Amino acid sequence: MTRTSSPADAPVPGGWEELVTAALLGTERRTPPGCAPGPGAPAALLDAAAVETVRRRAGVRPAPAADRLEPAPADPRPPLPAPAARRLAMLLANRPAASGRGAAPDLMELLPQWLAAAEARGFAAPAQALPALLDAARGRTDLRPAVLRFAGPRALWLARLNPDWRFALRAAGGTGALGRPGDPEQTRALWQEGLFAERVALLSSLRSRDPAAGRDLLASTWATERAEDRLMFLDSLRTGLGPEDEPFLEQALTDRSRNVRTTAAELLSALPGSALASRMAARAAACVAVDRTRDTPAIVVEAPHECDANMERDGVLPTPPTGRGARSWWFGQLVEAAPLDIWSARLGGRTPGEIVTLPVADDWHDDLHAAWCRAAVRQRDAEWARALLGAPTAPEAGGPGAVSLAERAKLLGTLSAGERAEWVAGFIATHGLSEAFQLLGVCAVPWAAPLGRAVVDALNIARDAGSYPWSFSGVMGLAERCLDPAEANRLDALLAMPEEPEDASPGAGGYWAESFQRLVTTLRLRAAMTEELR
Amino acid sequence: MTQQGVRWTTDQVLALAPDAASREAGRGLGVAGPWSGAGGSGDGAVWGLCESSGGERYRTVVDVADASGPAYRCGCPSRKVPCKHALGLLLLWAGGEGAVPRGQPPDWAERWIAARRGRAEPERPAEAPGAASPPADPQAARRRAERRAERITAGATELEQRLADLLRGGLAGVQQAGYGLWEETAARMVDAQAPGLAARVREAAAIPSSGSGWPARLLEECALLHLLGRGWLHREELPGGLAVTVRSRIGLPAAPDGPPLRDDWLVLAQYDTADSRLTTRRVWLYGARSQRTVLLLSYGAAGRAPDLALPPGLALEAEVSAYPGPGQWRAALGERFAPPAPTSIRPPGLTTARAAARYGDALRDDPWLDAVPVTLDRVVPAPDGDSWQVADADAETALPLTAAARARPGLWRLVAVSGGAPVKVFGELGHQGFTPLTVWPAGEGAAVPLC
Repeated sequence: MTRTSSPADAPVPGGWEELVTAALLGTERRTPPGCAPGPGAPAALLDAAAVETVRRRAGVRPAPAADRLEPAPADPRPPLPAPAARRLAMLLANRPAASGRGAAPDLMELLPQWLAAAEARGFAAPAQALPALLDAARGRTDLRPAVLRFAGPRALWLARLNPDWRFALRAAGGTGALGRPGDPEQTRALWQEGLFAERVALLSSLRSRDPAAGRDLLASTWATERAEDRLMFLDSLRTGLGPEDEPFLEQALTDRSRNVRTTAAELLSALPGSALASRMAARAAACVAVDRTRDTPAIVVEAPHECDANMERDGVLPTPPTGRGARSWWFGQLVEAAPLDIWSARLGGRTPGEIVTLPVADDWHDDLHAAWCRAAVRQRDAEWARALLGAPTAPEAGGPGAVSLAERAKLLGTLSAGERAEWVAGFIATHGLSEAFQLLGVCAVPWAAPLGRAVVDALNIARDAGSYPWSFSGVMGLAERCLDPAEANRLDALLAMPEEPEDASPGAGGYWAESFQRLVTTLRLRAAMTEELR
Repeated sequence: MTQQGVRWTTDQVLALAPDAASREAGRGLGVAGPWSGAGGSGDGAVWGLCESSGGERYRTVVDVADASGPAYRCGCPSRKVPCKHALGLLLLWAGGEGAVPRGQPPDWAERWIAARRGRAEPERPAEAPGAASPPADPQAARRRAERRAERITAGATELEQRLADLLRGGLAGVQQAGYGLWEETAARMVDAQAPGLAARVREAAAIPSSGSGWPARLLEECALLHLLGRGWLHREELPGGLAVTVRSRIGLPAAPDGPPLRDDWLVLAQYDTADSRLTTRRVWLYGARSQRTVLLLSYGAAGRAPDLALPPGLALEAEVSAYPGPGQWRAALGERFAPPAPTSIRPPGLTTARAAARYGDALRDDPWLDAVPVTLDRVVPAPDGDSWQVADADAETALPLTAAARARPGLWRLVAVSGGAPVKVFGELGHQGFTPLTVWPAGEGAAVPLC
């Protein structure tokens, strides 16, 4: 063997290539450079190749550097405390994989809450967690806004380098490209040249900061926008909607596109002082009156007989959906768009609470009340919403009534968080949990104390009644995410195995104990999560 | 340095998993739901009851207090160690106080912990792993060694013959000849008790299907095989150090014979490679006082995690003994004086040019070396066409990343931690490029594992 590690042998220019060629063809066909042909040729070739291989490897030098990346923008937020960073890694590592019956809560379900808490406290995301955060947001579009806000500027910097994360640039489009807010030059350039999504994001963000500037920006190009874009842009005026928007919206009432006209009318009717609202008020008021000729006062309804051009111009849709009478269809739209404060004067100075208890003649009750519900939601009128919701303990609140559970949920949305929770607590205490899911969904998290107690009591009653916990798995799952962690201690009493009543479903007690156990551990976990983020 | 109060990270726990399936299953169990009665003693014991999907409750207990690594016990029938329940429990524990409150162990856990700790005490100091018991009869041992050397010599001679035949006919033929040719040769090397040669032959087998440029790579591998075979046949004429390297590359067992070196060892990186029979775990350590970098190897049969688990970023005070041979990083872990604990030690680093020179120098002692451990200081990862490189912040030079490193999710952690700013990176550098294994952010911050 020769001096393999010594670089003393002069390298033959192109020697390695010739060695490879000879090796590929075989020494019988090609004599390698510097070797005698014959039986010794293969060994000589291998000797030379060994020297060359080690020489080449020992001679490895760094390559020239490529163009440098522009450094990621600084994230001024304070770093996450170490325990919280560990928790985040945990939540992100727990991709939904294996879970069967009675299985663990999906930790990913707690991620939105964790993100909200981290954001509220203004922490920056740890750099090493950014790839996992982006991957999580890639898989779940509902997580994207919160993830991208928390992940911050470095995540967008990173997303530019990996095509898998391109969604982040699209989602953040407006804000990412917006630069410093309030740079009119940049804003105008992006509005004129940006992609559609970027423009929507720009308009929304501008609208939330400075409604008038957003509207003016939209007005500057309104005439040249395509109909479907106009609809989308118009919709973003919902944010910060005010009386100053009326002239622009009035103009949009004459738009070429029916959908744009309808949306403009809807927005105007949410402005009780607008001209459209007073036109609709006049029309609606003409249809509704108190009949004083009877012993007990009652509301009589005279629905419109035609949908004239002016009504159409104000956004009333002339053609009813299949199975719906045309007059009831027009009537509903008029009442829905009329300001609610006209009714007290119109109906004998009564309060909303008194009005909704008046009987309604000729089967118009449901149409009228449903339209008032939509108006209360649209105009965010808490007094009317309260009146229409009625008492949570009323028997019709739980069963079929003029106001469906979906509508009740929307009406609840106009009340304060505390009042909402109290109403739902009262509802659950009277009607149990089976109808409550939708209503619980609109309550603020964590649940207020009375609401939490009502849910736990109802679960306890359901357990004592001997049914299986999975009939309540939806509420149970909500409770894990929404119950105030401070309630965990009150649940301890429920963790024991109960004695099984005669008529109970077999084994239900054990499953309940396990369900409550999971509830308690998840609450403790959430409490720890919150604590770590302090 | 005590275990008290030190919780592991998720990554550290997941590093214990014997395979990817266990890792996934463990993640699924690392949440509160299936657990009841979970608790921790505060001195390193963790226990809990895990409900299986079949309804059984398994008693799981883990002791992480022992300096020699965690011990597990679980009532489940799995043969994997640690099983998914033990991993899930540790993940739960890693998550924080809420899910695993401090408390007194229940009887069943207490008994095991006490028995284990009682038994573990007198065993120290641990025997150096790999040190075989002294041969009963030195004469017989020498005769066995001579017989083995003869068989290896016969094997190396046969290998030389086969390589010569291959090159006489040309490498172009081997794509048609396929795997069988190599498999047979590898089997002959196993018969000849030269496992190092057998492993190299098997690696060569994969080259013809490895894409463009394969003839050059195959010639390199054949040439290095030839070099090793010839090295063995002429080992008496080699300088002493190189002869030791040849013996070790051939696969002759050696015991660590270096003097015990006591130091604060920073865990630079830990990663596993696995084939169908064996999981190999590599742990790189850096001695804060001795400034030595050493490699610990630990093996596990397929489905079992190697015993050794040292999470990157921690440091432990321990003794290690080097294996014989110059340019040999491998060492054996001897006595440990304290369990691993967080540290702010960072290894000193090099420029890319000095790192490349270090690989070149190392080939002098071991021409078969694929890569050397290096810490690069002030480098910036940057895309280079379809590839990636780490470039010196203060010079116009850079090292390309290996293809394997580019395909790993760790690449994105590296880029994210850097954010375009210079960082310190530990990894392996060889003729195929640089494989980053751990990164330390600029400024403050703990080590972030990339593998």
